[in-house]
Amino acid sequence: MPRRIALRLNRNARRELVGFSLAFLCASLVIILTLAITVFIGWKGFSVFWVHDVSPANVFSLNWWPDRPAEQGGPQVGILTFLVGSILTSVLAALLSAPLGITVAVFMTEISPFLGQRLLQPVIELLAGVPSVVYGYIGLSVLVPFIRENLGGTGFSLLAGVLVLAVMILPTIASVSTDALRALPGTLKEAAYALGSTRWQTIRLVLIPAARAGLLTAVVLALARAFGEALAVQMVIGNKREIPHSILDPLITLTSGITMDMGYTVQGSLWNDTLWFMGTVLLAVSFFFIFVIRVLVNKGVAR
Amino acid sequence: MNAHAKNRLATHVFWLGAGFVVALLAALVTYIIVHGWQAIDIAFLLKEPETMRAGGGIGPNIFNSFYLLFLSMALTVPIGLLGGIYLAEYARQNTFTNLIRLSIETLTSLPSIVVGLFGLLVFVSMFGLGYSLTAGALALTVINLPLMVRVTEETLRTVPGDLREASLSLGATRWQTICRVVLPSAVPGLVTGIIISAGRVFGEAAALLFTAGMTTPRLDFGQTDFFHPTSPWNPFRPGETLAVHIWKVNSEALIPDIRRVADGSAAVLILVVLGFNLFARWLARRLVRRLSGG
Repeated sequence: MPRRIALRLNRNARRELVGFSLAFLCASLVIILTLAITVFIGWKGFSVFWVHDVSPANVFSLNWWPDRPAEQGGPQVGILTFLVGSILTSVLAALLSAPLGITVAVFMTEISPFLGQRLLQPVIELLAGVPSVVYGYIGLSVLVPFIRENLGGTGFSLLAGVLVLAVMILPTIASVSTDALRALPGTLKEAAYALGSTRWQTIRLVLIPAARAGLLTAVVLALARAFGEALAVQMVIGNKREIPHSILDPLITLTSGITMDMGYTVQGSLWNDTLWFMGTVLLAVSFFFIFVIRVLVNKGVAR
Repeated sequence: MNAHAKNRLATHVFWLGAGFVVALLAALVTYIIVHGWQAIDIAFLLKEPETMRAGGGIGPNIFNSFYLLFLSMALTVPIGLLGGIYLAEYARQNTFTNLIRLSIETLTSLPSIVVGLFGLLVFVSMFGLGYSLTAGALALTVINLPLMVRVTEETLRTVPGDLREASLSLGATRWQTICRVVLPSAVPGLVTGIIISAGRVFGEAAALLFTAGMTTPRLDFGQTDFFHPTSPWNPFRPGETLAVHIWKVNSEALIPDIRRVADGSAAVLILVVLGFNLFARWLARRLVRRLSGG
């Protein structure tokens, strides 16, 4: 349609053409950016294999001596310790945060919609707006000393990281779950009440099972956010390159590894390129989560 | 326990959960404000940070945060608006549109540290910008653009179709309809969206570590040469923002008064972000009232 108008070439048609083209260009930019990020990060990350000739078995191992010479068995650039750290912190945080987040969502939709709208909605939005470095700072100045004095260890621990992340992802779980519960048809609830169910029975046996796909989406979104969070986690987990044996042990994650060493390693060195590979892994995991969410959303729509 | 006792117990649990979340926010904000109150004075807000000695301030960091916010919004808002206009007004149901939506979803859920790495690789190294505010602004734009596009699209979709049809039937072109009819009636939603995303950008740190950098040159506000390295307005100088400063002070600073600087910086940051949030709500209410003539 823009083309046909442009043939007349009056001023309005020219403007229409320019406006449409600009809008089209800006929308395309989103695709270009996504492709560029994938290609550049992937290309840089995989240089660990084709520039340094490191085997995949080496990269996905537990050994981390990136600066040890060959005669001492190095260099070893296993990122498994980092990967396990990331998975542990984010999965535990999601497990801790999901029940609370869904509780809040049910409260907002079923128990007291008035308070939900007036009080909890703004509270959740404000919690979501708190910058991650502030969560890290609170973790560092409140949680870490508390754990050190009451539970032992240095305080820099898996537990501190999990708690900070759990609070950070709570708004995501609560707001997405609320949307999922609100989207349910009212007839479900009416039918359950008509059959004589109590409110709790309605929630547990009808509403939550019906909103299953949406609630899972909320948890996966939160998990993705927790997995990619860098600074708040880095500030409280101690950044020790070991797999923790208890929740009071320090550990390291992919994001905190990148944060710690990217500025202090030489560009193009094996160590540096391994950090880029960790970035590629983060990107791949992020794609995986998007895929899972797409599947979940389609399932929710199909039912 | 019968069904009704269980029902009562469950109700209590739901109230408890909701109360806990409210208490959590209250505790967080109270802690930050109380501790920050003791640390903040005029000197702290204006002075330069120290690297070894006590008594440093956060003046340049506050300036950097706002200036960087301005630079990135100057890129994000026009691109995001146009992208949103395309999706709401022009896009058809086809593969290209689906691809845009998938890309928006992908960009939204990217960890910000990955965006920071992309910025380091492309803006800092390939474009040769070095650690600079421009590189930082570009990275922030990558983070914020998907949100801006989505907010624009959603807001434009709330504009009633009758308005468009009336405008088109009077002989206006589509672009005229968008500029003269659709956009003006979507202003409240757009403004709220812009301010809320500004608040988000203000607190971002992970994407800036390796793009805008972790240092600030000594700034000379009397400097008239725009592109001089000490000019505060030079977009090609590095600049440590407030959020980055909080991270750096907490994790690797050598100053003796870490706690004071951290407390004060966190309080300023949280107040600005809360301010953005409350301002957006207030402005949205006001604009709606004025535009609807009520």
